[in-house]
Amino acid sequence: MKLEGRIWKFGSDIDTDAIIPARYLNQSDPGELAKHAMEDERPEFIKGVKKGDILLADKNFGCGSSREHAPLALKAAGISCIIAKSFARIFFRNSFNLGLPLLESSEASDSINDGDRVRVDLNRGEIIDQTQNKKFSATPIPPFMQELLQDGGLIPHLRKKRLNRGRR
Amino acid sequence: MKNSPMTITEKILAAHVGEKTVSPGELIEVRIDLALANDITAPLAIQAFSEIGVQKVFNKNRVVLVPDHFTPAKDIPSAEQCKILREFAKAQRLSHFFEIGQCGIEHVLLPEKGLVLPGELVIGADSHTCTYGGMGAFSTGVGSTDLGAAMATGKLWLKVPESLKFIFYGKINPWVSGKDFILHTIGDIGVDGARYQAMEFCGETIRKLPMSGRFTMANMAIEAGGKNGIMEPDEITLEFIKTRAIRPYKIYRSDRDAHYAEVKEYDVSKIHPLVALPHIPSNVRDVREVGKVEIDQVVIGSCTNGHLDDLRVAGRILKGKKVASSLRLIILPATQEIYRQALKEGLIEIFILAGAAVSTPTCGPCLGGHMGVLAEGERALATTNRNFRGRMGHAGSEVYLSGPAVAAASAIKGRICHPEEVMKKGGKGSRIPGVK
Repeated sequence: MKLEGRIWKFGSDIDTDAIIPARYLNQSDPGELAKHAMEDERPEFIKGVKKGDILLADKNFGCGSSREHAPLALKAAGISCIIAKSFARIFFRNSFNLGLPLLESSEASDSINDGDRVRVDLNRGEIIDQTQNKKFSATPIPPFMQELLQDGGLIPHLRKKRLNRGRR
Repeated sequence: MKNSPMTITEKILAAHVGEKTVSPGELIEVRIDLALANDITAPLAIQAFSEIGVQKVFNKNRVVLVPDHFTPAKDIPSAEQCKILREFAKAQRLSHFFEIGQCGIEHVLLPEKGLVLPGELVIGADSHTCTYGGMGAFSTGVGSTDLGAAMATGKLWLKVPESLKFIFYGKINPWVSGKDFILHTIGDIGVDGARYQAMEFCGETIRKLPMSGRFTMANMAIEAGGKNGIMEPDEITLEFIKTRAIRPYKIYRSDRDAHYAEVKEYDVSKIHPLVALPHIPSNVRDVREVGKVEIDQVVIGSCTNGHLDDLRVAGRILKGKKVASSLRLIILPATQEIYRQALKEGLIEIFILAGAAVSTPTCGPCLGGHMGVLAEGERALATTNRNFRGRMGHAGSEVYLSGPAVAAASAIKGRICHPEEVMKKGGKGSRIPGVK
């Protein structure tokens, strides 16, 4: 899978309240949630983000609450992939469960600038900064997570498994 | 061959995958004992569940729905979310759906009702599900999709975490509680210091703590990035569950030679009441070193510190005193049972006479939902668990975190202060209730 887009760069320990404030959690519509993604952290994000864009952060991205509304809002806003030095545990699970790929790369996190055009090859774990003409490699995505991505998330994955079992 | 030694976390996971041993890093599929969701996370979980294509939940006695966040419904969308839970509970004939009136904050309510027990494996679509480690269960937070899948299958994939061991020893200082121990720990290791890892709390100090203090500590394991927080059950645990347990349970203990990624020791005689400053829970300081910080609102409650013991501490400090005129004090008993008990003990009267607003149980203000949202530029001191920017309201507001003693004393003074500023130093009652 190949992805391409503009980089939106954030700092370390970006919490789920920053990604989607709790005041918007009285409903679960992805489109509505997307309207408020990163609202308090960086208000211009939602005005400028385009389909395919890539989010870049420092360490521990997505810490805090278990709200799946956080990766859901980012995905619905058009974000195709998130690159960071590390991710908080629940956010990590939630993203792959929704079919939103995450890549870990300290080098990329340090070197890539806000606004850069970046290409990501998920299968190879390759990150190419086209603006700076630099290449970075990410920690390989674990096989089970790759399977989830290929199926489009945990629910389609389980549906497929059930279907296969029925055929056997 | 002798089985390799294991930690309590590894033993519980092994038992739930039906293996003799498991080791850190292994990806396993575990059988779950209980799946929990609330009014914010359940609607998405129910949607995920319905998309899988199964008709019934894996066990109607093991799926628990607690509408506790934006309840009693704060607005129409919240009411609609609650309705989704109510209708699903009815259609699935769930044994444990807690309607307003029986409801309480999930992580205080479930142990109180005997719905979670030592040795069990509990998952919840709420990050503070790790609370139940306080009684020796493995419990962890997941998202809605995981929860929806678990409701259908009764199973969940997990990576076996490495364990960190935290040993607490020494004499407990006046007004210090479990909240101060966990704040100290987070201040030491940072908000990702235990990322993906199990945090095992032990030592003589832990064994002296009441269940409330143990739950408080396990509750905030997530604030250090932990997968779970856990403590070995002892006689205090058994006393707590004696009259509550609704099914048999099993006690697990770590092997003496179990492997830990790291062992930390804390001398608690050096720990004094603490405060976490904005905007990150690891920004921890001794309350005597925060300087003059005036506050607009104090909140005492939440899944972290809404226990009866917490209200008792607040009552001791607030008795016969008045809340500063410049400030609002909001107190939320975590469950109806705690509310009733507080009423019986005269605590609610103390709070009202002091000028506090006492609320029905709800998570409300902790996440800026309702019942005490902050305006721009306002500053709150709360016994809750997170002080992220905008957590309790406007992005331009500030949240400080502390235990109930500092919170109650500060409500009287109008600024953050040590309880000894309003109570006689070394006076009777400066020991936190329940601490041996």
